[in-house]
Amino acid sequence: MFPFDYVRPTGLAEAVAAYGQDGDPRYLAGGQSLLGALKLRLASPSALIDIARLPELRGIRRDGDMLVVGAASTHAEMAEGVEIAALAELAGSIGDLQVRNMGTLGGSLANNDPAGDHAAGVLGLGAEIRTDRRVIPADAFFVGMFETALEPGEVIVEIAYPLPRRAGYAKVRNPASGYPVVGVFVAETYIGMRVAVTGAGACVFRLPEFEDALSHEFSPAALAGLMVPADDLNRDLHATAEYRAHLIGVLARRAVEGCGGRS
Amino acid sequence: MRISLKVNGKPVEAEIEPRLLLVTLLREHLGLTGSHVGCDTGQCGACTVHLDGRAVKSCLILAAQADGRSVLTIEGVADGETLHPVQQAFRDRHALQCGFCTPGMVMTALDLVEHLERPDEASIRDGLSGNLCRCTGYRPIIDAVADGIRARQGGG
Ligand SMILES: Cc1cc2nc3c(=O)[nH]c(=O)nc-3n(C[C@H](O)[C@H](O)[C@H](O)COP(=O)(O)OP(=O)(O)OC[C@H]3O[C@@H](n4cnc5c(N)ncnc54)[C@H](O)[C@@H]3O)c2cc1C
Ligand code: FES
Ligand code: FES
Repeated sequence: MFPFDYVRPTGLAEAVAAYGQDGDPRYLAGGQSLLGALKLRLASPSALIDIARLPELRGIRRDGDMLVVGAASTHAEMAEGVEIAALAELAGSIGDLQVRNMGTLGGSLANNDPAGDHAAGVLGLGAEIRTDRRVIPADAFFVGMFETALEPGEVIVEIAYPLPRRAGYAKVRNPASGYPVVGVFVAETYIGMRVAVTGAGACVFRLPEFEDALSHEFSPAALAGLMVPADDLNRDLHATAEYRAHLIGVLARRAVEGCGGRS
Repeated sequence: MRISLKVNGKPVEAEIEPRLLLVTLLREHLGLTGSHVGCDTGQCGACTVHLDGRAVKSCLILAAQADGRSVLTIEGVADGETLHPVQQAFRDRHALQCGFCTPGMVMTALDLVEHLERPDEASIRDGLSGNLCRCTGYRPIIDAVADGIRARQGGG
């Protein structure tokens, strides 16, 4: 790691102001992605601004038809404390116990790893990302590989998930890291039917044909015969693009089978 | 920068560089060499300690992130010469051979014994998935964790 300064502001406004100082600072949440990148010298920020303990980013609460989760909530806190069963299961499937105890929802979304689990939950439920300056709908947030709609210095404060009528998540885990080789989130919410896929492309994406089919009939059988072309899917040492295309169909059906409401 | 934290119940003050890892603070500044570095990339779990009561990988945390918080290492687990029931279970079950992974395994096991909802074998295996062991084949470790859970549930 190259040297850097470290600051831990006590409030959100102070954190954003610290970002506006000279140099090339970075926010630090759980550090479970960022510290690895710093060790590899893939990044050399002038300062780390630790936002993990900001009160504005903490806590999980119910707000009408929305479940609102603070961006600094850890995966473990979500696995134990959110009332959308599929989302709790998703958070509990991330990495391993130690990573779940440190890694955060906001860090995972800001990082936008092509195989990030939380991206599937946020896009699949049609959540909104509330930042220090605006509200970004999930459909506009995930821009590309490790790329989001966040502006420099913008902080994710909380995520508001509409409570679904039913939702399910199915993934095939990479046995070494826990990251999904492919993960599919299916949800029926008051804003409509949504199917989101992670691990298979440059970043999470929706499957409109699958959504239409499930809107007509919500059953695994309704998805029979639907295929995603392999052309643009990821290929790496873990899986070919063709295998990922096949997994999308299998996991979408499993997610539908596993659909439950609130826990 | 200056940090103050609790390590194994005792207050610690240290003057550190911001990029210092928690595991380096523990091993090199405080002489607590029980937390091991197997990979330095967050894969092996040998460096596992507790931060405010939850298992975390100390090679993937800055010492600065532990400022004002409470750290428990393997050195703080036994009560004098009396092993913690989880340590005793590791000993009874022969859950260690070379011992390199053991401090991290015990620290993860302590979190599982405290927090596991369903203490069945699948949950224990899943809970240990962030800790690698090159010697035992895991079977005795899983048995030791199950013993630890039973000891707690039996009031032990
Ligand atoms: C061994 C291992 C296994 C893992 N397995 C999985 C897995 O199976 N599935 C999975 O999805 N992930 C996995 N991860 C990644 C893990 O979930 C990380 O916790 C997560 O990607 C980043 O969260 P963090 O809080 O650690 O963020 P950090 O590493 O602290 O930050 C990541 C990036 O986000 C930015 N950032 C952080 N918080 C905010 C915010 N509130 N607003 C704006 N920007 C912010 C930071 O500046 C940085 O650029 C794994 C990691 C490890 C080490
Ligand atoms: S040394 Fe920390 S996980 Fe391997
Ligand atoms: S006992 Fe040798 S690595 Fe586990």
